[in-house]
Amino acid sequence: MSEPMGFFTDTTVCIGCKACEVACKEWNQLPAANGGVRLLSGDSYDNTRHLDGIHWRHVKFIEQFSADRRQGRWLMMSDVCKHCVRAGCLEVCPTGAIVRTEFDTVVIQSDACNGCRDCIGACPFGVIDINPVSGTAQKCTLCYDRMKVGLEPACAKACPTKSINFGTIADLKKMAQARLGQLPQTGESRAYLYGADEGMLGGLNSFYLLVDKPEVYGLPPDPRLPSRNLKSSAVWSMLGAVVITLTSLISFRNRGRRDV
Amino acid sequence: MSSTFFTASPHWRWLILAYFFLGGLAGGSYFLATLLDLFGKGRDRRLVHLGYLIAFPLVCVCGLVLTVDLGRPERFWHMLVQSETFRPILKTYSPMSTGAWALLLFGGCAFLSFVAVLAERGWLGWPLLRQLGSPAFVGRLVTVIGALLGVYVAGYTGVLLAVTNRPIWADTTLLGLTFLISAASTSAALLILVGSWGGASDDSIDALERFDASVLVLEAVVIAALIASLGRIATVWLNGWGLLLAGMVLGGIALPLYVRFRGWGPRRAIGPALVLLGGLILRAVIIFSSDRLT
Repeated sequence: MSEPMGFFTDTTVCIGCKACEVACKEWNQLPAANGGVRLLSGDSYDNTRHLDGIHWRHVKFIEQFSADRRQGRWLMMSDVCKHCVRAGCLEVCPTGAIVRTEFDTVVIQSDACNGCRDCIGACPFGVIDINPVSGTAQKCTLCYDRMKVGLEPACAKACPTKSINFGTIADLKKMAQARLGQLPQTGESRAYLYGADEGMLGGLNSFYLLVDKPEVYGLPPDPRLPSRNLKSSAVWSMLGAVVITLTSLISFRNRGRRDV
Repeated sequence: MSSTFFTASPHWRWLILAYFFLGGLAGGSYFLATLLDLFGKGRDRRLVHLGYLIAFPLVCVCGLVLTVDLGRPERFWHMLVQSETFRPILKTYSPMSTGAWALLLFGGCAFLSFVAVLAERGWLGWPLLRQLGSPAFVGRLVTVIGALLGVYVAGYTGVLLAVTNRPIWADTTLLGLTFLISAASTSAALLILVGSWGGASDDSIDALERFDASVLVLEAVVIAALIASLGRIATVWLNGWGLLLAGMVLGGIALPLYVRFRGWGPRRAIGPALVLLGGLILRAVIIFSSDRLT
């Protein structure tokens, strides 16, 4: 196995150019939404709206303005699959279509997926959806095909501000810590890393530097594995089965005077 | 806000609703037929047969509905066999994986019991097939295994929803229990309806009615516990979905109980029909109210 690879996205230098979205669409030959007909969302400059089966990169635009509009800031963030070390999608996939690669990334094999959509609801980040062309669940592969031949993912290659950084997780964490140390000197004291430590799903192989609460960026504050509910749900169900069995036995055996 | 509100919907809609409802009926009918078969009286035989006769067609419809719902229906077999290696695949920690196997094996048992009933009633001319039903040892084995799998099929669908990250579904661990109890009440209701028309003895139907009444009370308690377990998240039901759920409790639980204890003439038609409708609405509320969030 090669060294774990991933993304470190520094949202403080994202300028919302969407070059990553375009590069991703081009390289992965993803179709346009609505047959190419433009539909404006009315939500800032964000017409992609969310990640799904045909949008594997999504630049979010968060406008934070005071009521009198005198003070304000833009937060921009290029969102993508987090390639979780403990991945919910991989956990629930019944077909084995979702695999962990030698780069410690999570990839959906389109030729094995049958479109059951269990992974869509299992993903804590809402990353996956069906690609209507293939009829299968799809998401970022971290450009597995490019990595196999030593190239960096298309989005990182296209990013003009180095907001999206690609490399080994160890190197990316060093880079992120250095940036965290540097930001207070520029007046930004709210910066922190989201998903860099192992406490969050074993670590996200695509982690972020944020300057506001995760919810502001549309990220869950406490993402967890779907299997957390398995044991207790199963125990309650088994208890129910026992109660139903006893109730039916009592109802079917005790029939008063007509009992034969 | 719960982290479940940052996720995407898997678009499980009408076909999945149909499967959850019919799967509960198939598993529940088979389970009740088996218990009547093993622990009931000789005069329950008609109802036992009806239970087995219902279960198999229902499980066939379930398989069909699930296949049609896939993004790639021709790959339905990928649920059971790895497409690359052609080896069986079973992930014990994935309810969809275990559920696919349970449905297949339950379908097998339901088929054998279906055939046994046809043989016992003389509609199939091969007497050896009677060995597939009780009191033959093989038949008993098939029905016991089938009943266990039937319970699994009836209840795992709720666990499947809980083992996601979706709002409501993953915010409680009582959905498996809720669906199981609801499957019991709706299956008993279906057997009462079919039994009344299909010549089952009054005594058998009385026994089922007693069972259904107890289970309906239990169902009301479980739904209350489900709402309590959701805590503040239950406020997402302060809308039409909540009204529908309240209507289900009143019309699908309270009213059938009232009709039964008042002893109204057509109670064996009205009560069970309301219970069946209630079971469908319960599942619809749980599936669609989450689907509409985020």
